[in-house]
Amino acid sequence: MLYDALVAPFADYAFMRRALVGSIALSFGAAPVGVFLLLRRMSLVGDAMAHGILPGAAIGFLLFGLEIVPMTIGGIIAGLAVAVAAGLVARTTVLREDASLAAFYLISLALGVLIVSARGSSVDLMHVLFGTVLALDDTALIILAATTTVSLIVLAAIIRMLIAECVDPSFLAVVSGSGGIAHLLFLVLVVLNLVAAFQALGTLLAVGLMMLPAASARFWVRSLDLLMAVAVAIAIMASISGLLVSFHFGLASGPAIILSAGIVYVVSLIFGPVSGLAWRILPPRHREA
Amino acid sequence: MTAITTDAALRFQDLTLGYGTHPAVHHLNGTVRRGALTALVGPNGSGKSTLLKGIVGALKPLSGKISLSVANRRDIAYLPQQADVDRSFPITVRDLVSLGLWRRIGAFSSVGRDERATVEAALSSVGLAGFEGRTIDALSGGQLQRVLFARVLVQESPLILLDEPFAAVDRKTTLDLIGLLVRWHGEGRTIIAVMHDLDLVRENFPEAILIAREPVAWGSTREVLSAANMLKARAMSEAWDDRAAWCHRTNARDAS
Repeated sequence: MLYDALVAPFADYAFMRRALVGSIALSFGAAPVGVFLLLRRMSLVGDAMAHGILPGAAIGFLLFGLEIVPMTIGGIIAGLAVAVAAGLVARTTVLREDASLAAFYLISLALGVLIVSARGSSVDLMHVLFGTVLALDDTALIILAATTTVSLIVLAAIIRMLIAECVDPSFLAVVSGSGGIAHLLFLVLVVLNLVAAFQALGTLLAVGLMMLPAASARFWVRSLDLLMAVAVAIAIMASISGLLVSFHFGLASGPAIILSAGIVYVVSLIFGPVSGLAWRILPPRHREA
Repeated sequence: MTAITTDAALRFQDLTLGYGTHPAVHHLNGTVRRGALTALVGPNGSGKSTLLKGIVGALKPLSGKISLSVANRRDIAYLPQQADVDRSFPITVRDLVSLGLWRRIGAFSSVGRDERATVEAALSSVGLAGFEGRTIDALSGGQLQRVLFARVLVQESPLILLDEPFAAVDRKTTLDLIGLLVRWHGEGRTIIAVMHDLDLVRENFPEAILIAREPVAWGSTREVLSAANMLKARAMSEAWDDRAAWCHRTNARDAS
């Protein structure tokens, strides 16, 4: 019974196994990056950059059809272009970074949808917007795993710079010029993970496995190491339960995964021991010192 | 920036620093002796913080130059005003103080037993022994300032710049931290601190620089903080004037 519910779908169907492997790989790469986005107050930047990927992927689609490699390369180029452009506009004009990102992502979304619908069907458009986690081929799995590997290695290498840049950027600027490089590499990691997530979850939900587990983890633990570990665990849990729910009830799998993460978020928001809402109804206790 | 090898720690030559075309520090000349404990005083908007930013290289001079005795500008220990530390970031006191070891361990080396001992010693010097494992969001303003002093301590820099280090800090903490300044002074380090509390300056700082965009006085604290000088500093306007004439003052050195 339990076996049928939890294990059989993965044991019996290769496409479910592939989806599981892909989304677990994604969890390891995207969730820690999400924690840093959250701590840097850049949650919406992730969302905007996920949309920024779309025109690049769409041009890949326009030229080569629904092929993963050209769409990935196009997505990376477009994502980096949006990140750099938004940064430049923020630095050189009166517009703050959030406003310029909002402008870029609206343009990107419209442009991407336009390009995809010009050549493809509405089914293609749905694939681009919401992903195809149940149809990951070998190439897609390799891209997902490679992204996660690169992402974890780079994050490990830059983590001290990144922490210093988050906590006290003006200090880092005096003792070392590496703050800018750390920020730039971090943005590259965000783009790479979003492009990887784009294969599985589509442009509209790609940021889901990045932000929801990170935001949920904030309600459970305080230290940075634990935040990253808990975020990865939540992302994996959401992937497994999302896939199972979508299998048993015939629901769309990408949204099911993100909704699972969403449920974890709402539960964390209410019951999380670190400033969860439920604790507010209890009379606050305090110690002598 | 050029290195100097005399007993000067810091030399300003016809230094003008500012934002856009408006000077905040105007034609400053002078030398800070190696090992001097100097208070930098002046009214709000007189260019004190700007001068420190210029020294660490965060702001390029509009004209003139700053010569340093330290081999590398990155060796300066600089504590900015109300340090823009993100206090919500989940970092422990130990890790924040360890950032002061950056010149020693860089971005990649591990923090060994020696480094950990250095950090713990620094924390007990500022009266925060046992706080290593706390996250910084649990600290009061005064405690955070002590932690930042501990970070300056582990930097072991020959040149220490402090921007209003005692703003919003209670009397006891101030006196404790002044003790640290005196200790650094005894170790022969050069210290420049932006100060507002003139009584503290008179009691603890042998030398002072008074600026109000223009340099007003520089020398022994008692002479610098005379009533006449203070009046002069207060009279100087802090407003920008977009129609102010272009400055054609030449370097006194060139003119002579």
